[in-house]
Amino acid sequence: MTSELPAEPSYDEMLEPDGTVRPAYEGYRRWLEAQPAGHLRRKGVEAEAFFRRTGITFNVYGAADAEERLIPFDPVPRIITATQWRKLSRGIDQRVRAINAFLHDLYHRQEIVRAGRVPERLLRDNAAYLPQMAGFTPPGGVYTHIVGIDLVRTGEDDFMVLEDNARTPSGVSYMLENRETMMAMFPELFTRVRVREVSDYPRRLARSLAACAPAAFAGDKPTVAVLTPGIYNSAYFEHAFLADQMGAELVEGSDLKVEGGRVAMRTTRGWQPVDVIYRRVDDDFLDPLSFNPSSVLGVAGIMDVYRAGGITIANAPGTGISDDKAIYSFMPEIVEFYTGEKPILPNVPTWRCSEPDALAYVLDNLADLVVKEVHGSGGYGMLIGPTSSKREIAAFSAKLRARPDNYIAQPTLSLSTVPIFTRAGLAPRHVDLRPFVLVSPHGIDITPGGLTRVALKKGSLVVNSSQGGGTKDSWVLDD
Amino acid sequence: MRLSIDHATTYQFAGPVRQGLQRLRLTPATARGQTVIAWDIACDGAVVEVGFDDEYGNRVTLVSLTPGAEAVTIRAQGLVETRDEAGVTGRHAGYLPLWHFARETALTAPGVGVGALIAGLAEGAAHDRLATLHVLSDRVAAAVTYAPGHTDVATTAEAALSAGRGVCQDQAHVLIAAARALGIPARYVSGYLLIDGRETQEAGHGWAEGHVDGLGWVGFDVANAICPDDRYVRLAVGRDYLDAAPVKGLTTAVSPKDRTAAARDRMAIALSVTAVSGA
Amino acid sequence: MLGRSANGIFWLFRYLERAENTARLIEAGFRMALTRDSGAASEEWRSVLVTLGLHAAFAARHGEDVTGAQVFNFVLRDRDNPASVLAMIEMARTNARMVRTGITREVWEAVNESWMKLKDMLARPVTEARLRDVLDAVRRQATQVRGAMEGTMLRNDIYYFARIGTAVERADNTARILDVKYYVLLPSLSAVGSSLDNVQWDNVLRAVAGERAYRWLNAGQMDPRGIARFLILDERFPRALAFCYDELSTNMALLAREYGFETEAHAIQRQGQEWLARLTIEAIFEQGLHQFIGEFLACNHRLAQQIQRDYRFVE
Repeated sequence: MTSELPAEPSYDEMLEPDGTVRPAYEGYRRWLEAQPAGHLRRKGVEAEAFFRRTGITFNVYGAADAEERLIPFDPVPRIITATQWRKLSRGIDQRVRAINAFLHDLYHRQEIVRAGRVPERLLRDNAAYLPQMAGFTPPGGVYTHIVGIDLVRTGEDDFMVLEDNARTPSGVSYMLENRETMMAMFPELFTRVRVREVSDYPRRLARSLAACAPAAFAGDKPTVAVLTPGIYNSAYFEHAFLADQMGAELVEGSDLKVEGGRVAMRTTRGWQPVDVIYRRVDDDFLDPLSFNPSSVLGVAGIMDVYRAGGITIANAPGTGISDDKAIYSFMPEIVEFYTGEKPILPNVPTWRCSEPDALAYVLDNLADLVVKEVHGSGGYGMLIGPTSSKREIAAFSAKLRARPDNYIAQPTLSLSTVPIFTRAGLAPRHVDLRPFVLVSPHGIDITPGGLTRVALKKGSLVVNSSQGGGTKDSWVLDD
Repeated sequence: MRLSIDHATTYQFAGPVRQGLQRLRLTPATARGQTVIAWDIACDGAVVEVGFDDEYGNRVTLVSLTPGAEAVTIRAQGLVETRDEAGVTGRHAGYLPLWHFARETALTAPGVGVGALIAGLAEGAAHDRLATLHVLSDRVAAAVTYAPGHTDVATTAEAALSAGRGVCQDQAHVLIAAARALGIPARYVSGYLLIDGRETQEAGHGWAEGHVDGLGWVGFDVANAICPDDRYVRLAVGRDYLDAAPVKGLTTAVSPKDRTAAARDRMAIALSVTAVSGA
Repeated sequence: MLGRSANGIFWLFRYLERAENTARLIEAGFRMALTRDSGAASEEWRSVLVTLGLHAAFAARHGEDVTGAQVFNFVLRDRDNPASVLAMIEMARTNARMVRTGITREVWEAVNESWMKLKDMLARPVTEARLRDVLDAVRRQATQVRGAMEGTMLRNDIYYFARIGTAVERADNTARILDVKYYVLLPSLSAVGSSLDNVQWDNVLRAVAGERAYRWLNAGQMDPRGIARFLILDERFPRALAFCYDELSTNMALLAREYGFETEAHAIQRQGQEWLARLTIEAIFEQGLHQFIGEFLACNHRLAQQIQRDYRFVE
């Protein structure tokens, strides 16, 4: 097994510093060593052809040529032990409970603001706070039916939350397809190593959504539909995949209208009411009557039906306020305020550039920091100090000075690495992890594993698929 | 005083309607100063889809237009018992924080006109909001003369100021913009007004409310230079007219009979507000 | 199922059928042109364009001079031709993506693979040497999609709409080919009995892949009346109009059984089928082949429109 040395000392999830294999990867290593030379590479080529044929692609905004691009898949699994996972899930559970309590509070009495724990300013100037949700409690009291928590790791027991995704987190189809692919390519591997199942996620999602049926639902099985912006959306594959796996209709805005006091879909037999809508359309486009009036992706009047108890919208509109990067830095306080417990999963240390002291520090240390836009996503509009030129830093510094409250800064973390398969053999690359969490009135359900994103370029810390990141199958070992 | 209200809004479309929705905020609520005795909304050419209370506490009725209809009439009728509270409507209620009413909206964004209007009032606003609002109300009345026909529902506060004339809605928007520029939460109220000697009116009424610590929300009707009394009925409130409009016609798709520009939708209002003897 | 999905599946199979039929038409044209002098060959290619309704678009692009390579490249892959085979395959795939949740993985993969393969083959100009490979690929891919559908799809409304789309399109295509070639089949010309006519008749059959079936049924006897009867009225031949209407009748009946109601489209279909059943080839020729085809195309179009309305394909 060859291995390049990482540019800086990072926690290698597979190998101890002395080169011995960590216990989590022991079973995998035994299998790997028994594989004939060239086997893995051949399988990698097979996997790519398989993805192309099945159409597992994503669309890149602004890319002229590539309508559909593949997210590179690496065949070396990312492995988490049962013990590590237990701790992670406790932390995730706690955080997601806090997020839902926070959202309910923000759209009601705002006790956390009254208590002075979160500044009013963060809500006042925040477009993600939707007044249309004030005073309304969604069916079952659930705001974030689906959450993705982005975790990074810096040591054996050091997991931190990098970001919460409480709007419409994507990527779960890759978690499922990556596992399918691994099982198709290396079936014997799964007889050697016992890995916890992820494939029932769609069934659990369907059950979780059905448990949040609105007051107007009458019958024995709620009708669930997935609302997609359409086939040109970057995550269309995932929308179709989830609808298919759940046995739900995949609808577009043009299939829906308000009819008979409900939101109904146009079927070949007539208009049929929808009980729960899993929307993959942003708040702003959801209802031209309530939000962006020029939107054709949503349903006119859906907010009225929603407030009247005629439909469940998952996730609830207005959840974006809880995963805003400016709010993020208050998450430890938020977790404590609503759960009465110390946070199990820490945040990545964060400087709020809106605070003068923090800003001064950030400006002095730009070369060592990662600076992010408060409302940005997907790795756009950020500065990674250590890999930026002097000119880039100077240019960014000007932007930062002009609008400090638009930015937060974090240290450049030495993210853990997992090997990927390269021409020259295994080589460590930085990874993160996005577990997927379902929330229903019956509780919080975390699928063991999640989506591991990996920066394919040596030394790179950017794992976003839109910026050249790849994915891995993520294993949680069974006890 | 007991007021009898009959308010019919008719839309005449350029052709048969294919689909369309209208959001009605046409149901007054019993509150300080007014008790609703009877109220009813009837639609012709539309059916009620849902009703709910919005984030401002307004009763909203969503109706969908009947496909094929060429006109729709929405008629709200009822009896409301009113009391003179000198414009005070009370403590802030509901889950929207007060700061929400201090943020600008597109219709009430302050510019040079509002800046000039509030000149010298900043200090007063800090310690006596009520007095400041009275001064503002007078200034608005002087700056925007009541004159129908020069503005429409999309006219901004700044535009009304620079035109120097407008209707009650424009005056309310200017007052709201100015109050907010001084840090005073303010909101728009749509409703009805009994006008002596005028049984029929062409339009509903609109005025502003500012928030005064201790008193709560206090109304100012610039057009009539008065704080609302028992001749007023409040229908709905919001940050500006768009939040509180009694009828908001939306996404109306019609199949025009002839495609000439003349074939535009037309709206007509028949409103009567009368005082009746109490039971 | 969603009206939009029914629309998607209906058009997915219409586009696939049209792409396949277009390939057959080019194949017949190519074969014909090879055996003729250049003037007659141009004429043959022009009739291919007329059949496809592309004559004006082609003329706008290339002028009135018609060469084989220009025609089949225009029909197969020209970016300025929104009705090219490549564009149809792309539209088929777009529709398949839209109804992804209504079709099996096998059907989706067959469509996606067709698109990848043909996009690749049609990325550069097609030479006469490569033409046959390309046409073969179009036919084979269509067959593969059909096979995947037959083998894996549940027999429910989705499947019926797929079959209905195929049958409507196929009837339309056969009728158009007949319409452009009708003069070849007229009795007045057949009296001449030259070998050229034999080639022409053979060519009409080839354009609908019917030459072998016809020969088998008629022991090598070529006569225009027989050919016309075969292509219009023979319920055994899968590209005949009568066959397509049988197919429509079966699938629309199954649809009505599943939904528990018939629609206006059923009435139109029944009228069309009864009309075909009453007709004899003598009556058709008496009325005029061209007039008959015109009526048939109108009826078929009306049926397609009514299906889209009755099952709420669009709002």
